[in-house]
Parts: sequence; C-alpha cells; structure tokens
Amino acid sequence: MRWQPARLVARRAETPTAQTLVLDVPGWSAHLPGQHVDLRLTAPDGYQAARSYSLAAPADGDRIEVTVQRVPDGEVSPFLTDTYREGDPVEVRGPIGGWFVWRPQQTDPVLLVAGGSGVVPLMAMIRARRAAGSRVPFRLIYSVRTPADVFYAAELRDRVRADAGLDVAYVYTREAPEGWRGEPHRLGLADVNNHGWPPELDPLVYVCGPTGFVETVSDLLVGLGHPARRVRTERFGPTG
Amino acid sequence: MGIVTPGFSGRPRVEAPELPPGQYLTPDFPVLSAGPTPRVERDAWEFVITTETGAEHRWSWAQMMALPQETPTVDIHCVTRWSKLGTSWQGVSLDTLLDEVETAADYALAHSYGGYSTNLPLDDLRDGRAWLVHTYDGEELPAEHGGPARLLVPHLYFWKSAKWVRGIRLSLDDTPGFWETAGYHDYGDPWREQRYQGD
Repeated sequence: MRWQPARLVARRAETPTAQTLVLDVPGWSAHLPGQHVDLRLTAPDGYQAARSYSLAAPADGDRIEVTVQRVPDGEVSPFLTDTYREGDPVEVRGPIGGWFVWRPQQTDPVLLVAGGSGVVPLMAMIRARRAAGSRVPFRLIYSVRTPADVFYAAELRDRVRADAGLDVAYVYTREAPEGWRGEPHRLGLADVNNHGWPPELDPLVYVCGPTGFVETVSDLLVGLGHPARRVRTERFGPTG
Repeated sequence: MGIVTPGFSGRPRVEAPELPPGQYLTPDFPVLSAGPTPRVERDAWEFVITTETGAEHRWSWAQMMALPQETPTVDIHCVTRWSKLGTSWQGVSLDTLLDEVETAADYALAHSYGGYSTNLPLDDLRDGRAWLVHTYDGEELPAEHGGPARLLVPHLYFWKSAKWVRGIRLSLDDTPGFWETAGYHDYGDPWREQRYQGD
C-alpha cells in the first residue's frame, strides 16, 4: 500500500464545524464501509503530518469522501476545513482496516450507534447498504449535542423514507429540536433498549464515537445480553 | 518527500529525537479497542504460558504479585500516530516469567480475556524489553487501559502490548493475531514505520 496523490474536487459543509471533502484519487481501488484512509500533508520545508479519517461513502469511481470535524488547535483538521482549496493536492493511503467493516453480503440485523462525528463510518455502511440494494434491517442511534450538530441531516431524513428497513433515532445531549418529546440527555439504557435490536435477534452492533461514549454504550449492550464478540467498536481518539 | 500541499505549514517544529517517524505527542492517554471492555476480577485472574509441547505454567494474581517487581518508564507509540513519552508502569518482567519455561519456540501469541490476540517473536519479549504490568502512574491499571494486567512491549507499536492479557502461547510457527489479520503489520516497529501489511 503506497501513498497516492489525490486532489480536492469538492467540499460540502455538514455543520458549522465539519466539512465533507470529496477527493479524486486516480486508480483508487474499492473499499468497504467502515474502513479509513491516512491523509498526509507536506509543508514546503518537507515537514509532514498525517491523520486517519473514516471513509464516509462508497467510492464513486476514483472519488472518495471523508468528513472532517474541525478540532480547535488541531494541526491538520483546521487546515482541511478552512484553508485547503479545490484542485490542491494531498496524499492518501488506504483503504485500511478489516474489523470495523460491514460487508453487503452479510444478512444479520445491524445496529449502529454513533456519538458525534463517530457517525462517519456508520454513514458509509448506510450508504453501502443502499448502493448494494441490501434489505438487511438497519437501525442507527445517533447521539449529538444539538440538532445543528447532525452530519448528513437532509440525506438521513430522505434515506429513512426511501430505504426500506432503515430506522434512525436521535438522542440530543444538550438541546433538542422544537416539538421533541423528552429532555436532552446522555444516551442510556432506555435508548438502547427502545431503538436497538433485542439480543435474541443476534444483531451485529457497530459503535463509534469518543472513548467515554463507546465505553458506556458497549457496557450497556453487554449488560442487555449482547455477546461481546458481536459488538464492534471504534473509539475516536483526539486527532487534531 | 511527499507532494507539497499549498498553504500547509504545520505546527512549529519541535525537535523530538525520541519521536518515531509520522508520530505526534499527546498529553492524554487515548483508548482504542475493538470491542467492549472486558471486566476481569483479580481473584479469578490467571496468567498462563503454554509451550510448544503443551506444558503450562500458571500464575494466580497473588503469585504474580509475589514475583520481583520492576518499574519501567518508557515511551509508547500507537499506530494511530499518537506517542506518549515517559510513561511509568509497574509489573513483572517477561524475563522473570520465562525464566522457568523450557522452550525452543521462536514465536509468541499473546491472548487476552475478551478474545484479543497479537503475535510477536519470542525474542522481543526477552532481555528487559517486555513486562506484564498492573499499575500505571502509581494507580491500579484501569480496565479500559487493559487492567487488571496488560502486556507492555514499548519498542513495538502499542497494539502489540495486549490489554487484558491472559496468557502467551509459544510456538515454532508465527500465527498472526487480531490486528495482524486485519491489515496491520506482522512486526510493528515504530522506528521503521511498520504500520500496515507490507510496510
């Protein structure tokens, strides 16, 4: 696996602090939803910084997408969200990862649990399910601070209507939208119980988000009777 | 030298000779695991070294704690690019544990409560380069960082330092472990940037 030159061909704002970058990578090989790429920047004096980003969608020919959450004081993410221009080069390496992946030929029901920007690899799975015409039952529980922090908001609204067998439930931790029933709260046992699959259906569970969130959710799942081997986690460390 | 991205300057350069290529320093201690955190009680805990002939050497928690203790202070390097310098641990040197083990094996497969595994050449566990640690920074090692006890092999990327370690199987053949079968390098030397298969 080598570093490959890539160019920014488009960007989309997801939230005030997160952007999806569409990169053209000549000769890109296909990837599985859940995999990530390493992205490398080089300064004029040869200094380099690389970070890992989850792929947000199936490849479209040579085009791949990542969604970058701007980390204040970060070395790489603020450059990518604020400064990096269309047409400019970066290098990517990948796809990487063979564990936190969903293969479209799988038939088990799937539960996805996202904390904040942890939704990115899970959205890749939702999009891959759609692209494959899979009818595997999918449920996403998506925990965000406020409605303004939802990535892919419009697309998720459309997908729930158009993709049979996909359900999405939101948990707001700080501020809920108008007309929301219930109070903002951190994701808890009731949410996982009400919006997940019962363990007797033997679902495959993918949990992605900040460390504390993933610890809490995976403990709840195991407590509800999901076998630990059926719960795949990806903890997002702080990557600047 | 890669392709220059216009406008990127990066952070002010810090001369850090102790930092392997492609790594950056972090003040915190991120947690990265592939599944739920196993919870293992110390009185039910055991550590087993199994040789290539099937001979087993077992230690209970009390037996392990009664062995000579060491306090390594080491730099650790995660394949996800963060490094942490001068981390302090307490535990038992693998030299002490292997001392009573008769083996002709070249390879070790560490396996953990919860099902994790990782492979290393047996030599990499010898000569004061690997420990079974139970204390981090003067405190009991928390479960999310691999407590009650984890392997500490700081000269390799940190996924080789198996959390919740339960035993080591010695063998004449190399068997890839969890991440090694999922695209990561068989050996994982941070100084040679052996992150992924084929590096």
